Amino acid sequence: MNAPKPFPLNAWYATAWSHEIARELSARTICGKNVVLYRRLDGAVAALEDACWHRLLPLSLGHLKGDDVRCGYHGLVFNSAGRCSYMPAQKTINPSACVRAYPVAERHRLVWLWPGDPALADPAKIPDFHWNDGKQWVGEGGTFYQLKCDYRLVIDNLMDLTHETYVHAGSIGDEAITAAPFEVTHTGNTATMTRWMIDIEPPPFWGRQLARPGRVDRWQIVTFQAPSVVVGDVGVALTHTGAPQGDRSQGVSGAFLAAISPETETTCHYFWNFVRNYRKDDAQLTSELQRAHVYGGAGVYDQDHRVLEAQQAAIANNPRSPFYDLNIDAGALWARRLIDRMLADEQAPVSANVAAE
Amino acid sequence: MAKPMERISARLRATRDLTPDVRLFEIEPDRPLVNVTPGSHIDVLVPTDGRPQLRSYSLLGPYTDGLYRIAVKRLASSRGGSAGMWRLKVGERLTIFEPRNSFELSYGRPDYLLLAGGIGITPIYAMALALNQANANFRLLYAAHSRRDLALADELTTYVGERLQLFVGEEGQRIDIGSEIAQLDTRGELYVCGPFGMLETAKQLWSQAGRPTAHLRYETFGNTGGFADAPFKIRIPRLSLEIDVPAHRSMLEALEDAGVDMIFGCRRGECGLCVLPILEASAEVDHRDVFFSGEERAMNSKVCTCVSRAASGCVTIDTPDRTPDQRHSSKVS
Repeated sequence: MNAPKPFPLNAWYATAWSHEIARELSARTICGKNVVLYRRLDGAVAALEDACWHRLLPLSLGHLKGDDVRCGYHGLVFNSAGRCSYMPAQKTINPSACVRAYPVAERHRLVWLWPGDPALADPAKIPDFHWNDGKQWVGEGGTFYQLKCDYRLVIDNLMDLTHETYVHAGSIGDEAITAAPFEVTHTGNTATMTRWMIDIEPPPFWGRQLARPGRVDRWQIVTFQAPSVVVGDVGVALTHTGAPQGDRSQGVSGAFLAAISPETETTCHYFWNFVRNYRKDDAQLTSELQRAHVYGGAGVYDQDHRVLEAQQAAIANNPRSPFYDLNIDAGALWARRLIDRMLADEQAPVSANVAAE
Repeated sequence: MAKPMERISARLRATRDLTPDVRLFEIEPDRPLVNVTPGSHIDVLVPTDGRPQLRSYSLLGPYTDGLYRIAVKRLASSRGGSAGMWRLKVGERLTIFEPRNSFELSYGRPDYLLLAGGIGITPIYAMALALNQANANFRLLYAAHSRRDLALADELTTYVGERLQLFVGEEGQRIDIGSEIAQLDTRGELYVCGPFGMLETAKQLWSQAGRPTAHLRYETFGNTGGFADAPFKIRIPRLSLEIDVPAHRSMLEALEDAGVDMIFGCRRGECGLCVLPILEASAEVDHRDVFFSGEERAMNSKVCTCVSRAASGCVTIDTPDRTPDQRHSSKVS
């Protein structure tokens, strides 16, 4: 028996930006499943197992033909439900010939894929990522495809922002983060880390965003949705103007968005965005913010990227039981607890049917 | 090119007769079951009078308690499999093979029609339960010769209620497959498991209705045809061979037994790899494959040796063996 994988399969995972899936074949690997994605003529996205039934050549090396995919080797054709509709040199089609069709749905400008039991794929379970819709909040993000680390290391990174002080000094990092207390709460499928830094000098990045003199209250309210989405409500407001009580009118609010999809056990795709609800029409600010996060190695997420890959390499080289936990890891540990619970539920006997005989 | 199958040892935990000639077997594998989906089957190495024979049986859902449940009909014309199964005693050890699915259920279709005839209910049963749980739009039409042959009908009524409709042949009830297809949503799928005639009719009506071939789903183990299993002879002039095919062996097995070099793939009448040319047939050839089209079958020039057989008499066939100076060494009967 294989060791259990570190990711639940019965979940929706961000797989591509909607604009990346067009009338051509795109390959992705999600949770170890090779998938070919394309847009049908009616605009809906289809996702098939990326291996021809016949000789396993990736279908993504073939051609899109209407709503069907033609294998680039012997010409077998599969429809968007994965059924073979053409076989070469015979008048019939083997009735068992098919490739897996994965449930997919488009929401919040992303394509979400369900790698597990299709009977359980309920679109109502797609994570809440509405900040990414481009309406109330604006921002242009991107993806670190094939980031060389276990997806849970990214979650650890986002659920504890003390790292900003050391990884992102000079932009969003600040000694005040490590000095301020934080609170961690959780529900059955979310974990939230809340930290308020009251009456501090704004760190350089937030000082520029606020563009008003004076000391500030800064907040970081970071929520994990199991198994792999993190949304951080972040911002600053002039101190003593009531932000902790809910009045943010004297401040600026942003949100960092992360949908982290396991590619393999030790690689992942990190879909990110940083959105704001101020100066929404300022296209120059949008691209400045994008560059502040990812910019040829100089953005804050580029800094995380280096740390995360180095950490994964160190784990691989170091047989010592993964690592030790500190008090600051409470948010990450609750996130991992929720993932572990999903994994344990999946280890129970496979059941497409619940009714007992 | 199928991957080698993994053997699993198992124990027969319990049996229960569902009808006078359909028996439910509860098989407990030594290691936990994985990845069972509606439409899956297991292969069982069935002890028979001669050597053990491999038989495929659909798994009955739900798959919640780690047991494999199959239902086996005792056939008068058995190739040895069903009789062997029926002789098994509770507690006996068995060799089975990991589940496979060549009759995969698609989710998310707007409409489904499930058609079951007799013991063909076994994969359809698991599908009906799964579709019911997924709140899908489906109907299940289930036909059998007599009322007491309707295995699992009570369970199905409990689970799926009015989505189930029963048809009893001896009471003059027939499924009007044509009008049922006409009522199905144009994007709907039809799943069929039943006797050869039912499948043939469904295929013909489906194609006449202009429905996409890929939306008619069926599975075949090639174990029923137009005639009962009977012994017959094969002649291969090229190899100077005459081979007896017993009622419980396939043509392919008999050829292999006689040392004829054969290639094959699915061994259930789908792929066409074991096809050989027919030179002459003294009786009707019972084509049980799904590889040939109706036209090709009518030409009767080739035979799918893994499932098809002669009703009686003798079939003269050729092989692709072109080895110079061949006089086959094995026994000529």
